[in-house]
Amino acid sequence: MPGKVEIRNIRKSYGSFVALDDVSLDIAPGEFLTLLGPSGSGKTTLLNVLAGFVRPDSGSITIDGTEFLTLPPHKRNLGMVFQNYALFPHMSVGRNVGYPLRLRGVSAAEIERRVRDALDLVQMAHLADRGVDALSGGQRQRVALARAIVFEPSILLMDEPLSALDKKLREHMQLELKRLHDRLGTTTVYVTHDQREALTLSDRIAVVNGGRIAQLGTPDEIYDRPRNKFVADFIGETRFLPVEHGASGLSLYGRPLKVRDEWKSLTGDTPWLVVRPERLRWHGEETDAANRIDAETTGVIYQGDSYLVTVRMPDGVEIDLRRGPDIAGKELPQRGQPVHLWLDREHTILVSDKP
Amino acid sequence: MTMTLDHPGTLPAAAPNADALQRQGARERRALASLTLPGAALIFVVLILPIGWLFWQSFFGAAGQPTLENYARMLKPVYVRTFVTTFEVSGLVTLACVLLGYPVAYLLAQLPERLAGLLMIFVILPFWTSVLVRTYAWLVLLQRTGIINTWLVDAGLISEPLPLVHNMLGVVIGMVHVMLPFLILPLYASMRAIDPVYMRAAANCGATPAQAFRQVFLPLSLPGLAAGVGLVFVLCLGFYVTPALLGGGRVSMWAMQIADNISVYGNWGAASSLGVVLLIVTGIILYAFKRLFRTENFGGTR
Repeated sequence: MPGKVEIRNIRKSYGSFVALDDVSLDIAPGEFLTLLGPSGSGKTTLLNVLAGFVRPDSGSITIDGTEFLTLPPHKRNLGMVFQNYALFPHMSVGRNVGYPLRLRGVSAAEIERRVRDALDLVQMAHLADRGVDALSGGQRQRVALARAIVFEPSILLMDEPLSALDKKLREHMQLELKRLHDRLGTTTVYVTHDQREALTLSDRIAVVNGGRIAQLGTPDEIYDRPRNKFVADFIGETRFLPVEHGASGLSLYGRPLKVRDEWKSLTGDTPWLVVRPERLRWHGEETDAANRIDAETTGVIYQGDSYLVTVRMPDGVEIDLRRGPDIAGKELPQRGQPVHLWLDREHTILVSDKP
Repeated sequence: MTMTLDHPGTLPAAAPNADALQRQGARERRALASLTLPGAALIFVVLILPIGWLFWQSFFGAAGQPTLENYARMLKPVYVRTFVTTFEVSGLVTLACVLLGYPVAYLLAQLPERLAGLLMIFVILPFWTSVLVRTYAWLVLLQRTGIINTWLVDAGLISEPLPLVHNMLGVVIGMVHVMLPFLILPLYASMRAIDPVYMRAAANCGATPAQAFRQVFLPLSLPGLAAGVGLVFVLCLGFYVTPALLGGGRVSMWAMQIADNISVYGNWGAASSLGVVLLIVTGIILYAFKRLFRTENFGGTR
């Protein structure tokens, strides 16, 4: 199966700003890989290096073993969906989708057939003769996708393709993209800053920060085993609590802390407890497999599907926790009341703020 | 308050304050419209009235008798020739402006905005000098004993001075110099408005830079080009100073014909009729351009 991408030691700096700092990454054939990071992290720069729009200072990219980095963009044969779709405004939907085929000298009849197939795949065949100005955001999105896959590229690049859509449509399109990927099996590199989108779509996620890959792994690895504070913070509704690391071991607010993975101390770095609200239990008992955290409720806000409960830790730090509407046998905590929270050992994860 | 909201049936039948709110809106619109009054009055007095007078005048002969002879006269060969020459010169100048101006506008549109703004000064610079001065400057450069001919003869490249001025060539050179900014400015504005992502998208689809330019950038820049072309062509049709000086009496254009009718023959009616025809032709051309390229205004962008 074609579509194996090997990215090696890509460097790119703009003056003193290092946009990509020695990035290396392997992408397996057929894989859906997401570059996830905040704006300015270098994820889009990396995608543009792949597409050929940004010339890196050094490095190598091979696709199926062939060096790729020195090819001009128009010879790379990559499908790309741009952030604002970049559909040509002077061409109809059908001509937009057929454009890559026209450039490849495909016969008119063949172009017509393949454009129809590609538009069918994204359920847009009935609008082939429309101008692109007449399309809604979701429709443009589909046409852009059809244009990117119509020439059967071995790699598909997507630059925040859903960011211009409203939430509901975005979630719908996520599922459609996933189905389409399952069907076509095209190696896909997807850029987003939306962690939920990344978790939903990806086979693997590369969390990018400061021009480096902070962590590369499957969605559950990234979520459940964050390698550092940045990754833990970026993914999920995460709160952090400072953990003391003394001679007697790890402790949180004076109670010994039972952790899943042993803390490998580096000189000077503070361990932080990763608190994922949905991993906390609101009832339980102190055992060898669970930690108890004492706090005080300072606020409760009803949010429809859940409550947002603000609790104050012994050191005065306040954190917001989402709590389901109905937890059997447990009353909703009231403002000013003490509250006991429980965290299972297997979910007790420590991170350091060093990369 | 909540009572009436919960029970819409108890709302009064009439919408409260509707009349007062409507009056308020109408008053605001009138106040806004009244801001245009001074400008509208000025345009009426200095533009609409004189044109009306011109139109009226064109139906009277030299002796003051009502007649259509002013229009009939335009079918004479000398007028027809002038008419054709006017279009020839205007077409040539427009073509030259497109060939010279498009690359300049393209370069400026590709440069970072600050640098483009700086270079734009050189495009606009000629505006700061009077057309008369610039035209005489061309005379100095182009005439038989002018700088260019002297250099070329001294360099031994030619033995006889080239006829660079007092002919069509001289007129075109001088007019292109004046007209170029009128092409570049709207074209540049419309090129700036073309999102560079389209060129990337074209490259990604497999277009070479030349193909991407021809199939994507050029079509997208056409409305701006049409705006510039329309503007330059129309301005050329009525141009007087430069063709009069650089043509040396050998290139006769419509505007010069109008001037001659007044200064030489003192025939206001004849001059007026020529002006009316020029105005109508200009209107038709502008309308045709608007229809052809759907340019909503002559500022450039679509």
